[in-house]
Amino acid sequence: MVLRSLKSLLVLAFSLFVLLFSNSLLANDSAKTTMEESPAGVHEEKEGSFNVTETILEHIKDDHSWHIGGHTSIPLPVIIYTDKGLEFFSSSKLVNEHHEPVVYQGNYAYKLIEGKLKAVNESGELDKELSKKVWDFSITKNVASLLISVTILLLLFLSVGSAYKKRGVTSAPKGLQSFMEPIILFVRDEVAKPNIGKKYAKYMPFLLTIFFLILVNNFLGLIPFFPGAANVSGNIAFTMTLAVFVFILVNINGNKSYWQHIFWMPGMHWSMKLFLAPIELIGVFTKPISLMIRLFANITAGHILVLSLICLIFIFKTIFASAIAVPFAVFIGLIELLVAFLQAYIFTMLSAMYIGMATEEHHHEEAHH
Amino acid sequence: MFLEINPLVLPDVGLVFWSSVAFIVLLVVLGKFAWKPIMTAISEREQGIENALAKADQMKAEMATMQGETEALMQKAREDRATLIKEAKEQSDKMVAEAKEKAKSEYDRIVADAQLAITQQKNAALIDVKNQVGALVVEVSEKILRRELSNKTEQESYIQQLAEGVKLN
Repeated sequence: MVLRSLKSLLVLAFSLFVLLFSNSLLANDSAKTTMEESPAGVHEEKEGSFNVTETILEHIKDDHSWHIGGHTSIPLPVIIYTDKGLEFFSSSKLVNEHHEPVVYQGNYAYKLIEGKLKAVNESGELDKELSKKVWDFSITKNVASLLISVTILLLLFLSVGSAYKKRGVTSAPKGLQSFMEPIILFVRDEVAKPNIGKKYAKYMPFLLTIFFLILVNNFLGLIPFFPGAANVSGNIAFTMTLAVFVFILVNINGNKSYWQHIFWMPGMHWSMKLFLAPIELIGVFTKPISLMIRLFANITAGHILVLSLICLIFIFKTIFASAIAVPFAVFIGLIELLVAFLQAYIFTMLSAMYIGMATEEHHHEEAHH
Repeated sequence: MFLEINPLVLPDVGLVFWSSVAFIVLLVVLGKFAWKPIMTAISEREQGIENALAKADQMKAEMATMQGETEALMQKAREDRATLIKEAKEQSDKMVAEAKEKAKSEYDRIVADAQLAITQQKNAALIDVKNQVGALVVEVSEKILRRELSNKTEQESYIQQLAEGVKLN
């Protein structure tokens, strides 16, 4: 019991530490976001009134270039596959010097329409039929950010892993190793063990990978300037991929009683069995879908909230609005730090729970009938 | 379709592909070079701690049993000592009692012997007295008989004199 509360304390301390540590970062955040926002705002105003929805969506959505601030963007490589083969070119070729989309002539004519690469006809209009043949595997902003987080994770945990190999088991953990160990133990003792049971060790690599991948992406998304700011874990494609991996893992490891409980619920009348089978079958799919939507919605909502608060300044067109907007944005940012950890935890915990439900042994069921 | 209306909920193939690649790479590389050594090390350490604790408990139990054994031995020694002392005391008491008994019987015997001897001597003395009295009576009677013949009064005073001269003890 004491150990348990100690662990909770450690987690609390960790969260607090992260919160306090990134306090200065967040102050930077609002300032930077303001700076980042202003040129866009000015730009929009030239064309007409300031469009909040567009501005926010622009920050939430994926992009073919990485906007650094002001008029500077990092062009990212575009990789597309069509029936004519693979094509590589820089995304800088898709925009002119005013950052407006232009037609690029590759195997087909390509143009960015609403930020997405589409095939167009000679007059520069969307060719829907042709666009269906275009498979866009570009290193977009989200992909680049994802690669950064993968690099961070690899550097971090390979060094921690080698620390365990080098220092052996008899010596106490040190440095980064001692910082990561409580989190790893938290995943093992609070997530895997209670939900999966005895066979937890087999699923630990999966759970740890998914936990830290989501956590790092959540944190990177909260950093408002260059290496961060991408909305990876708030992108439906990313959350869908993770959810699909959970779905595959759960159903591959599902034992006989798991499938029996889905298709022919034991201990029920045959009519109830017939009635329950489709519901249970839908449940198999709603579980990963709920995982996908939960993470996507939570992280996107957080980004939208912070951006909306910053946008208040441009809606009211006065610097005094920042007196309210910035403290609120900082406050929401702090909550987002908690949410970043919480969502990684919830995703991992629910995954563990689904695995646990699929691999659970139902010895007691026989006694019912 | 709703998915096409809102670009936010429309997953891009590219990101799905790269996410899968990233996840699989992480799972494989970290699984082999990070999670495995980390989890093994942690569980080994926990096992080690558990073993050490179990060993300590065992040692403690052993110590306790050893202490118990010592205690039992001490107790036994104490009991032995008490028994020995008790037995010795009994023995000595018995010896004293026996000696007393013996002394008493000896004493009784001596007293009885003494009494017997006294009685015998007394009887012998009485017999002797009787004999002497008889002899005296005979002697006196002889002298009386001799004197009677000469003088009657003298005879009587003489008897008187004689009678006074006889001391019975």
